[in-house]
Amino acid sequence: MRFKLLRGAVFVLIASLPLWWVYQAWLFALGPDPGKVLVDRLGLGTLILLMVSLGMTPMQRLTGWPFWIIVRRQLGLWCFAYVVLHLAAYLFFILGLDWQQLGEELRRRPYIIVGTVGFVGLLMLAATSNRYSQKRLGARWRKLHKLSYVVLGLGLLHFLWIVRADLKEWTAYGLVATVLLLLRLPAIARRIPRLITKKPLSATKG
Amino acid sequence: MLIKLPKASDSLESEVTPQSSYFSRRSLLGGSVGLLAAGALPRWARAGEASRYAEVDPSSPPAWFTAKLADTRWQAMTVPGEAITPFKDASHYNNFYEFGTDKGDPAANAGSLKTEPWTVVVDGEVGKPGRYSLEDFIKPYGLQERIYRMRCVEAWSMVIPWLGFPVSELLKQVEPTSKAKYVRFETLQDPQSMPGQRSSFGLIDWPYVEGLRLDEAMNPLAILAVGMYGRELPNQNGAPLRLVVPWKYGFKGGKSIVRISLTEEQPKTSWQQIAPTEYGFYANVNPTVDHPRWTQARERRLPSGLFSPNVRDTLMFNGYADEVASLYQGMDLRKNY
Repeated sequence: MRFKLLRGAVFVLIASLPLWWVYQAWLFALGPDPGKVLVDRLGLGTLILLMVSLGMTPMQRLTGWPFWIIVRRQLGLWCFAYVVLHLAAYLFFILGLDWQQLGEELRRRPYIIVGTVGFVGLLMLAATSNRYSQKRLGARWRKLHKLSYVVLGLGLLHFLWIVRADLKEWTAYGLVATVLLLLRLPAIARRIPRLITKKPLSATKG
Repeated sequence: MLIKLPKASDSLESEVTPQSSYFSRRSLLGGSVGLLAAGALPRWARAGEASRYAEVDPSSPPAWFTAKLADTRWQAMTVPGEAITPFKDASHYNNFYEFGTDKGDPAANAGSLKTEPWTVVVDGEVGKPGRYSLEDFIKPYGLQERIYRMRCVEAWSMVIPWLGFPVSELLKQVEPTSKAKYVRFETLQDPQSMPGQRSSFGLIDWPYVEGLRLDEAMNPLAILAVGMYGRELPNQNGAPLRLVVPWKYGFKGGKSIVRISLTEEQPKTSWQQIAPTEYGFYANVNPTVDHPRWTQARERRLPSGLFSPNVRDTLMFNGYADEVASLYQGMDLRKNY
């Protein structure tokens, strides 16, 4: 595949962030409750990676540069990796691996339920991200992967229910997500202008 | 026969500082040699009794505060068997939304708060209302060091040595009328120095308001604090005057108080107004009544390490049941959360 160096750079950048955070926590640079900070950063990282991967198709339409589509799968898988770490950190730092408590939380807390449903969504997307699944599912694959829009909504709701007193940050994410979803409406998607017209559209756009 | 049962929070005789060391401390400080030596020390080393605790940030306390320290009753209450939270954590992990919603925001932004001069108004249903400079407001009271557990509604906790005086002493001074049923505490409103009050996406209707029932405020555990860790309060911890109610969730402790009013009606407290199903007026620490979004049965005692999260069971009334449970006799604490 092309863009080996660029894809490698993306890989190193995204992989090194959680390592950097753990190192900071180890140095006590994250304050007295490093577990909570890690949970929050990994959660926000998941949301950002999901939005970045959803930004790839519009970017490709705008620029015609095939890199956006080529790196998209990697970004999606990173989004899944972050949500797995987010969940693991929550189980370890917040619940203290108390499985009985996990049952309670799953039954009673709407934001935990919404987060779990979102997680299952991302799991399905990650599990079907390989070529084999793409071939096997054919046209249904594209339909299934529209699930990412639903997951984005669930992620934002999960985030909203954690906000206690100031909606500024959430509103910023909500606005970006709205733009990303609007760009998918056929009426708008058709009108995305091509800024650079050099190469033909990549065949894998979706 | 009179039998005195010790309360869980009572200090043991063995924990009392021996009189000899207590007096020798004073004679050293009071002695002329000590004074001369103190003059040669850098400013931070003279900052009262901060040296009682390790790694306390240097500060420049107002003169009235330093004067009060000489007669302070140290360790008037302790939390036996539980370690005091390091000063750095207690002063850099704060909820003080006037300065931002992140835990580190208050420490980063509260430098803009001007605590001198500071005026406190006492009004409402009192025989002796008044408007005082902080120095005059504090004048009648001796300081005590109260080491208390602090349990945040977000399920983390600390152990903090406060310096303050019982709210009851203030109430006796100002003479509540027969109509007074509640005490309302109002925090400073000053968008210029408080960036959180400038946010247009904020949900809190400033100023921040907290309140207690009169009998709760009269309980000897409820204090107005002016210091912690042997020094004056850092701005981010609610300087220069804050409420500390150790059997309630931390948000009940209003910070940077400018007005104390006795009222007939239950005050409309800030969190209760934003989310009445999540935060009640009472907000007593209660492991059996969950916050709608998370459990209150357990807490993270900070600092909580990365590889050994310090999760522990939350105690009824934060461990102060012996002293305060009688206040709520006959009340349904599930309804009056």
